[in-house]
Amino acid sequence: MRVSAHWRQRQQRLTLTGERCLKCGARVFPPRDVCPHCHEPAYEPFEFGGRGEVYSYSTVYHAPAGYQHNVPYTMALVKLEEGPIVTAQLTDVDADEVRIGMPVEMVTRKLREEGEDGLIIYGYKFRKLLQESA
Amino acid sequence: MRDVTIVGIGQTEVGEHWERSLRDIAVDAVLAALGDAGLEHADALYVGNMLGGALSGQQHLGALVADYAGLRGIEAATIEAACGSGGAAVRQGYLAVASGLLDSVIVCGVEKMTEETEAETAAALTMAGDAEYETIHGPSFVSLNALLMRRYMYEFGCEREDFAGFAINAHRNAVNNPNAMYRRPITAEIFGRAPMLSDPISLMDSSPNADGAAALVLVATERAHDLGHDPVRIAASAAGSDSVAIHDRRDPLFLAAAHRSAAEAYRQAGVEPKDIDLFELHDAFTILAAMSLEACGFAKKGEGVRLAKDGEIGLDGRIPISTMGGLKARGNPAGATGVYQIVEVVQQLRGQAGKNQLPDCRRGMAQNIGGTGATAITHILEAGS
Repeated sequence: MRVSAHWRQRQQRLTLTGERCLKCGARVFPPRDVCPHCHEPAYEPFEFGGRGEVYSYSTVYHAPAGYQHNVPYTMALVKLEEGPIVTAQLTDVDADEVRIGMPVEMVTRKLREEGEDGLIIYGYKFRKLLQESA
Repeated sequence: MRDVTIVGIGQTEVGEHWERSLRDIAVDAVLAALGDAGLEHADALYVGNMLGGALSGQQHLGALVADYAGLRGIEAATIEAACGSGGAAVRQGYLAVASGLLDSVIVCGVEKMTEETEAETAAALTMAGDAEYETIHGPSFVSLNALLMRRYMYEFGCEREDFAGFAINAHRNAVNNPNAMYRRPITAEIFGRAPMLSDPISLMDSSPNADGAAALVLVATERAHDLGHDPVRIAASAAGSDSVAIHDRRDPLFLAAAHRSAAEAYRQAGVEPKDIDLFELHDAFTILAAMSLEACGFAKKGEGVRLAKDGEIGLDGRIPISTMGGLKARGNPAGATGVYQIVEVVQQLRGQAGKNQLPDCRRGMAQNIGGTGATAITHILEAGS
């Protein structure tokens, strides 16, 4: 039960907080303190808007331990409006509805449970962009 | 820098070894390689392994395998780079001998993937990815590669069936390899109706989890001639890295680490892709075969998949790949795979490849990839004169 590890990640998991490079202005997610573009220090927190589009996707039929109760579920690479790509599950969508380029938005969902007495870990998933909020 | 030569090879059958443990199969391979070299001892043992801790509760394999192989006392350590562990261990052995610090090194790649349930093994394999930003979201290792394959098909306008040739070629070649896991041919029809693991990757795009161990004995070339064996020279050894997570890559469809290590290997050996007689590439999934061919200069970007369609990769093709079955049909015991690849190139260069022997085979390349492309180790081997 890695309590501190999951606690430490709360701003990334719940608010998609990454970093902005003060030198080149690149928005960085996940945060890594060194800009992957210009290799200068990038420490300024930056909260991403949570909108993007599907860059690629795959429906998982054979899940690793800890995720089997969700099968089948759809993994995706989501390209955020601000630039970075993130790995996440899609939710609230039929697998055969998903297309590359489909607009999506971040929502907070349960990622996994670690048994009856363990942690319940929440974090970002992405759903099809709702029309009313578009 | 000294020249380095491979004087011994050993391997166990790849498969499900219920009756043998992790250390047992490692010792089998080490003793076979020493016997092949006509040696009883070496200065050091480097073990390539990824999953001993996760699936067998056993790390610290360097000392353990050395002891059980009757080599107690020698320098020994484990090298880990996910599915690239075997190739990384070969490179460490090469560096030790080339530097002049050691005269002889045994390299063993070993993996035991049938101890746990399928789901536990799948979870252990995801440790090759980024735990905080990939794995926590629930991808299987297969699905990470499926994300690459889907995007590749989208960008380059191809279908799932276009990848069939890689699996068909691997299975055809495994038929004649007594150490291969799946010694039966498959057809395009079998490929087409294979069940999905993580779409668009089906069972027939994917290499099987397996148990296996392979080993090499490396010595300084000046000493190899005393041993009177068919020496195979390591003409190049190079490694590169990339981001562990696919989402952190500038271009996810370009295997930058594979490209970098291959380019450096070509430079060291003074050759070009056209000079390579066979290429044991990392066909853990059919998409990785296509992308490896592109990264190593055998096809332009987006055209690697065409080599499977046009039949250029067969034993009589322009660039034979997976000549003993590849990861797909020989089997993919993760951390052992990189050593199997080198063993098979040595078999081809010695003329010991049986019915799959390539004619006039002088120079072979092996490339071992860790994760979805974050580590790549490339070796070029040449037959001794």
